[in-house]
Amino acid sequence: MKAATSDEYKILGTRPIRHDGADKVTGKAKYGADVQFANLAHGKILRSPHAHARIKSIDTSAAEKVPGVFAVITANDFPDPQDKIADLGEGPVTLSHLGSNVMARGKVLYKGHAVAAVAATSTHVAEQALNLIQVDYEILEPVLWVLDAMAEDAPLLHENVFTDSMGEASEKPSNIEKHLHFEKGDIEQGFAEADIVIEREFKTASVHQGYIEPHVATADWNEDGQLRIWTSTQGSFTVRHQTAELVGIPLSRVTVYPCEIGGGFGGKIAVYLQPVAALLSRKSGRPVKLVMQRDEVFEGTGPTPGSFVRVKLGAKNDGTLTAGKAWIAFDAGAFPGGPIGPGCMCVFSCYDLPHATVDGYNVCNNKPKTQAYRAPGSTHVAYATENVLDEIAGELDLDPLDLRLKNAVKEGSRRVDGPVYPEIGCVEVLEAVKNSEHWNAPLEGPYRGRGLALGFWFNCGLKSSATANVNTDGTVTLIEGSTDIGGSRTSLAMQLAETLGLTAEEIHPQVADTDSVGYTDVTGGSRVTFATGLAVCKAGEDIQKQMRQQAAVLWDCDANEIEISGSTFSRNGNSISFQELAAKQLQLGEPIVGRATVAPDCSTNGFGAHIADVEVDPETGKTTVLRYTAIQDAGKAIHPSYVEGQMQGGAVQGIGWALNEEYFFGDAGDMKNASFLDYRMPTCLDVPMIETIIVEVPNPDHPFGVRGVGETPIVPPPAAITIAIHNATGVYMRELPASPPRLWKALQEA
Amino acid sequence: MATIFIPAQLKELSSGIGHVDVAADNVGEAIRQLDARFPGMKQRLCAGDELKPGLQVAIDGKMSSRGVLAKLDVAREVHFLPVIGGG
Repeated sequence: MKAATSDEYKILGTRPIRHDGADKVTGKAKYGADVQFANLAHGKILRSPHAHARIKSIDTSAAEKVPGVFAVITANDFPDPQDKIADLGEGPVTLSHLGSNVMARGKVLYKGHAVAAVAATSTHVAEQALNLIQVDYEILEPVLWVLDAMAEDAPLLHENVFTDSMGEASEKPSNIEKHLHFEKGDIEQGFAEADIVIEREFKTASVHQGYIEPHVATADWNEDGQLRIWTSTQGSFTVRHQTAELVGIPLSRVTVYPCEIGGGFGGKIAVYLQPVAALLSRKSGRPVKLVMQRDEVFEGTGPTPGSFVRVKLGAKNDGTLTAGKAWIAFDAGAFPGGPIGPGCMCVFSCYDLPHATVDGYNVCNNKPKTQAYRAPGSTHVAYATENVLDEIAGELDLDPLDLRLKNAVKEGSRRVDGPVYPEIGCVEVLEAVKNSEHWNAPLEGPYRGRGLALGFWFNCGLKSSATANVNTDGTVTLIEGSTDIGGSRTSLAMQLAETLGLTAEEIHPQVADTDSVGYTDVTGGSRVTFATGLAVCKAGEDIQKQMRQQAAVLWDCDANEIEISGSTFSRNGNSISFQELAAKQLQLGEPIVGRATVAPDCSTNGFGAHIADVEVDPETGKTTVLRYTAIQDAGKAIHPSYVEGQMQGGAVQGIGWALNEEYFFGDAGDMKNASFLDYRMPTCLDVPMIETIIVEVPNPDHPFGVRGVGETPIVPPPAAITIAIHNATGVYMRELPASPPRLWKALQEA
Repeated sequence: MATIFIPAQLKELSSGIGHVDVAADNVGEAIRQLDARFPGMKQRLCAGDELKPGLQVAIDGKMSSRGVLAKLDVAREVHFLPVIGGG
């Protein structure tokens, strides 16, 4: 596929008003909490007060007798999924683990783990009933820190989880559920060739995706056995699949209606409430709505892993990297699964290392089951690698940007996990840093410093579908299945408009339910503008093919004789516009409906670099971000405002990760700060306007050159910020967050 | 002829050999040939006739969702990698 050059485009690269804008700014957009029915019941979930305990018994009899209570359920109301594994597009999930996370079966594995649920006339009645449910727990010792959980004598979470080492299972059950190992070249030779070797250890805390909209689901189990679900999700098809499996009914009996979504960032892919609402609905005979409170979101849904990462790099005196070695341990949380694979694959993904080894471990511990969070795994490891690289630059008295440029990956570089990069924009991103006003601006004053860091994320392809109906007034209704988190409706409409020679306003995009559009994987992996965009382009080409045939009928010629330029169809001096032809479609033939499905094989690699200027208050340890610039290769920025928005949003989330955000756990494994008052996310008062520079190195796998942009921007910030703190204070912060008390302590000890 | 890169954790089955060239129509056939030469390889890579859950194949650097059915007719390199999701 050949990518077009930017000057060929009429729509791409412009900034039309988003199609969902009016509804969202006037409050008319329908979110999950807005779903209402006349006979709606309200559900609440009883959650474990213990981080690790065996459930000896649950007595729901008193709760069931409360007036206004329609249904009470526990894990016993769910069918046993046994050992079945479901492929959810982004990866497999063991259904027994997924089901036990939705409703604890036998053991609770983190504080906040769901153990029972009630549907009642109101949430107040439901809460009253929850208080009457008697759960007899045998409290067990919890283990939270990832290295503690790896110890031989650590409390064991699962008797049936064994360490998988590429298809070989350990003899004894273990909290270490997966070990990965990658190697390239000869690591001993690589370090022997080095003039300088630096090895450091890094820790990161559990942080939450922090979406503003809590989880919500309304389910209506109809008398005919059909189940309808309205929910906030990143993937309506994956909700359908997971829910059907967990409640034990065929896919075809479930329809999922995706509502508008107030953020997900990877945390709204796994189901939590949907199967519970479904079974409460079946038992109560009425629709049931469940809405989480913020403490339930923190305690009951997936944070990103806390981590321990050790990175060792060797370099020659001229800065040429000779070898890299990484040892990575990630929290899995209560159940197996997590981003240790991409963490291992990303740790050296920005640099051309001739010799490297990487070992990664995914470890169960008594925290909520970890879930994806924007470039899952990559932020943790970039924090480590970039800091070690910066230390090498300091020791060798080399410019940190030049050191990165010297070692940056490019087309033909082989990653430590094996594959060779196609055309990528890593060097171009660094060149943009070099030419930026920010990088060349002076930064003066005490306790001020500047940091630079690189980041990488793959981007997924997966599967997408699109249907486009040509209306007789010359507009097109686009039906697609990617739930719209960051403006994707408009970026998809623009790609169809560009394909058909129309304006963005002439396309009416709709995100459809699971019965109304072909299978589409999740909005995640930075894939929608790329992969669903690919489907949209192909649907546009399908429309052109049909309209060419209708023009051939009109002019009594072969369809191959019709030429298309923009929105004009022509032959031998005759021409007709898209709109005119659309108006004649019902006379010339069948209604025109374009359709396409895609499952692209791809290697869509996104690189970004961030520059951070900070000032540290030595008396309090507070870090103020003075200036911040995000630079990223977007391939082709379809709607630059949305690309900039993704870069800014990711940067701010990464700044929060770097400076403040963390789960505080008590000795009993209970989260102490499960509210936005105490879980300190950045607000607009905490960050400057994030400046952006978009680099465009076209992706050869997309007709317009699109690369995914949503995830890479969260990767560099913790590294860029902590490197800036070092340059401001001389102190390397090797544990996140670099919060005021932690930085103040480090300054005192320096 | 495609070059199959043997995952580092499976080199214990190949006496340290890191890659081999095979003539195969698809990834499944390539695995069968690998297994014939290095017994135990299929058991580590596959569950039944499918790739193990959590594994994917990258062909010439491109991640494929087609698993053992992925074609190798014009492939140069094949890697077995962990699946990558996203947030």
